[in-house]
Amino acid sequence: MRQWLMAGFGMLVAACGQNGNNVQQGLSDDDKAFQERLQEQFLDAKPGDVIEIPAGVHALDRVLTLRADGVTVRGAGSDKSILSFKNQISGPEGMLVYANDFTVEKLAIEDSKGDGLKINDGTNITIRDVRVEWTRGPSLENGAYAIYPVKCKNVLVEDSSAIGSRDAGIYVGQSQDIIVRRNRAEKNVAGIEIENSSRADVYENTTTGNTGGILIFNMPDLTMHGSHSRVFKNKIVANNLGNFAAKGTAVASVPAGSGVIVMSNPNVEVFDNDIADNRTANVIISSYFITNFADKTPSAGYDPYPKSIYIHDNRFSGGGDSPDGLDWKALKVSMFGLNGHFPDVLWDGFVDTKALVDGQYPAAQRICVKDSNVEVLDVDGPHKFANPKVLKDEVRCELPALPAVELPAKA
Amino acid sequence: MKRARLAASLTALALLAGCARVPQPVHFFASGYPARLSDWHIVEARSGELAPNAGVVPYDLAAPLFSDYAHKFRTVWMPAGTTAQYDPEGPFAFPVGTVLSKTFFYPLSAIASRDAKSVARTWDVARDFAPGAAHGALQLSNVRLIETRLLVRREHGWEAIPYVWDANQKDAHLARTGDAIPLDLVDTSGQREAFPYVVPNANQCAGCHVTNVQAKQVEPLGPRARHLNHDYAYTTGTENQLVHWAKAGLLTGLPSAGVPSDPAWNDASAPVGARARAWLDINCSHCHNPTGPANTTALDLRSANTDARLWGVCKPPVAAGRGTGDRLLDIVPGKPDESILMYRITSNEAGVMMPEMGRNTTDREGVELIRAWIASLPGNCAGLQPRNPQHRETAP
Repeated sequence: MRQWLMAGFGMLVAACGQNGNNVQQGLSDDDKAFQERLQEQFLDAKPGDVIEIPAGVHALDRVLTLRADGVTVRGAGSDKSILSFKNQISGPEGMLVYANDFTVEKLAIEDSKGDGLKINDGTNITIRDVRVEWTRGPSLENGAYAIYPVKCKNVLVEDSSAIGSRDAGIYVGQSQDIIVRRNRAEKNVAGIEIENSSRADVYENTTTGNTGGILIFNMPDLTMHGSHSRVFKNKIVANNLGNFAAKGTAVASVPAGSGVIVMSNPNVEVFDNDIADNRTANVIISSYFITNFADKTPSAGYDPYPKSIYIHDNRFSGGGDSPDGLDWKALKVSMFGLNGHFPDVLWDGFVDTKALVDGQYPAAQRICVKDSNVEVLDVDGPHKFANPKVLKDEVRCELPALPAVELPAKA
Repeated sequence: MKRARLAASLTALALLAGCARVPQPVHFFASGYPARLSDWHIVEARSGELAPNAGVVPYDLAAPLFSDYAHKFRTVWMPAGTTAQYDPEGPFAFPVGTVLSKTFFYPLSAIASRDAKSVARTWDVARDFAPGAAHGALQLSNVRLIETRLLVRREHGWEAIPYVWDANQKDAHLARTGDAIPLDLVDTSGQREAFPYVVPNANQCAGCHVTNVQAKQVEPLGPRARHLNHDYAYTTGTENQLVHWAKAGLLTGLPSAGVPSDPAWNDASAPVGARARAWLDINCSHCHNPTGPANTTALDLRSANTDARLWGVCKPPVAAGRGTGDRLLDIVPGKPDESILMYRITSNEAGVMMPEMGRNTTDREGVELIRAWIASLPGNCAGLQPRNPQHRETAP
């Protein structure tokens, strides 16, 4: 009997051990040979090199790491040249780059264990027509970030797509001078997130089917705090996916049905977008205090309050009719009725009292909503929604337009 | 004594026969990637032992990086007349021509059959070394050699060159693109854990050995003062490693006092805090230091850091993703099971586990050490900030 039990236990252990890292079940000989060659090209790359990824599905089991400047990795198209990491043993990223003057284009990275495409500490980074996707759909098993430049300068992400990230699809963190345009993000917790980054232009993107569409965040404890982002000419539609992020992450507090969220980030301009059918709210402006970390200490030098926020000339429709979470639902019903909806803009109501002059932020630091048909709901977060109220004239103001981001021309 | 005589007579025999086995001196290759480990003449498998060549000095560390229970045999060699410069915290400044070697091996299981996969899960090194050689050479009949990584100081900087041992255990071949080897860890009760032993590629080596993301230079991690400052059992007798290096001319500038020292991580007689931080230092601080690849996360896990918030005490995560394990703070004093750090060092799932690479199994004993340390930390994370900042009825 005991032996039977032991044998059974052994089988269980064997069946569920190693997270699918079964070496015996690994790659075909062709894939192994392809991986060896490709790994060698990444190791031996020199400035000016172009590493070509031929059309086809190429199964890899180890991360591709690049450390040489001035390299281009180029496939035949994001629907043709596919690097599949379903059998990944080591990584966790699909492609990991520590280099300047890097271009990656026309390829797909699928099903990596961790982040899909991570680029650290690079200047002049171009990501074009790259698809990063987890093919099983939204899942906590997916990697955190699909397209993930971090601590970079001069970043261009265009004509790319990010699908299924359990955190943010296109995530630009702790970076400066950024253009994110003409991309598509769907089925992620956050479609596009600009976090602790300065001077970002986010335009002509489509974010739909995410928990939150476009997030402009500042978090404490990081190497830099961001400011100056412009979000314009995007389609931010029906981002109502149930939040599947891990607790403890910043995006875990994003309510399903959020179009644009600006959190603790100063100098943000949101204009000329089509924002529709995001069922909590089309735009949310919040402080750090509304997150999970409301009672944790932010680090020194970090301003948890959003300031100098300018919302204007957007086309809103639908949305706000079925907010996520019991508190929000109750608030919606009590203020606007069963069939009513929130105004297009929610503000969490936390105010930096130290910055007030005569009960108001100085003109340059205000939260401004220009258009007379756009209302703002102050949800009175500090008092747990006790005294919410709709703001109209109080938010009618204008701020100077932010300058466009300019990236240096490629040599 | 007997051993020395045998070695001497073997040498004499080889000379008489005009045999090519006369030991050749270490060969430093200033460029390129020699195909065989033996081309370097740093360590060689011969006469049932893996032994360092003349002038090649073995060493060990107070706390080693966990590598799926692999044991490690490390050596240092420098060209004649050159020396490393002492540094109290950073890696020593080694001269061009320095060759560091690290051979990853496993003791063979005493109870499992000698097959291609089975190796022992143990920290016991008693059977690793050749009899009569103290800790100077490995006994090949008791171990399985997996890989030897060379870290070579060339004119332009350090280069990592990995070699994987052949099945016949006589030599190792160049493996710049890495490798994956299926192994079974067998513990003393016969329980098995199958895992892929992953040999990193040369760029992945830099994933740990580039400790400053701006400088982007590969650096040695182990041979630092605090990790070396203890005794080693040389064939010539036991001696403090730093003193031994200084006497051999391998190290200059060693002060007579004030040299930092980390306790052995598994020395139960040393304070748990110092041991835990030695473990965190070697396993984590190559990335989690103020200039490291993980400085995005504001964790500083160097032994030398004394700011508890930077160890992660009461600190929210930054980019942990799924790695939070649904926990809210990196370290909650007294509460290891509420601490993200515990979750991540326990997991062996890519994307969750820490370190991110270099292991596919869990360091059970290391995890228990960190658990004991967090349990011993005083204080709590409540009440550090007024829950709701003052709110005034006003427009923004």
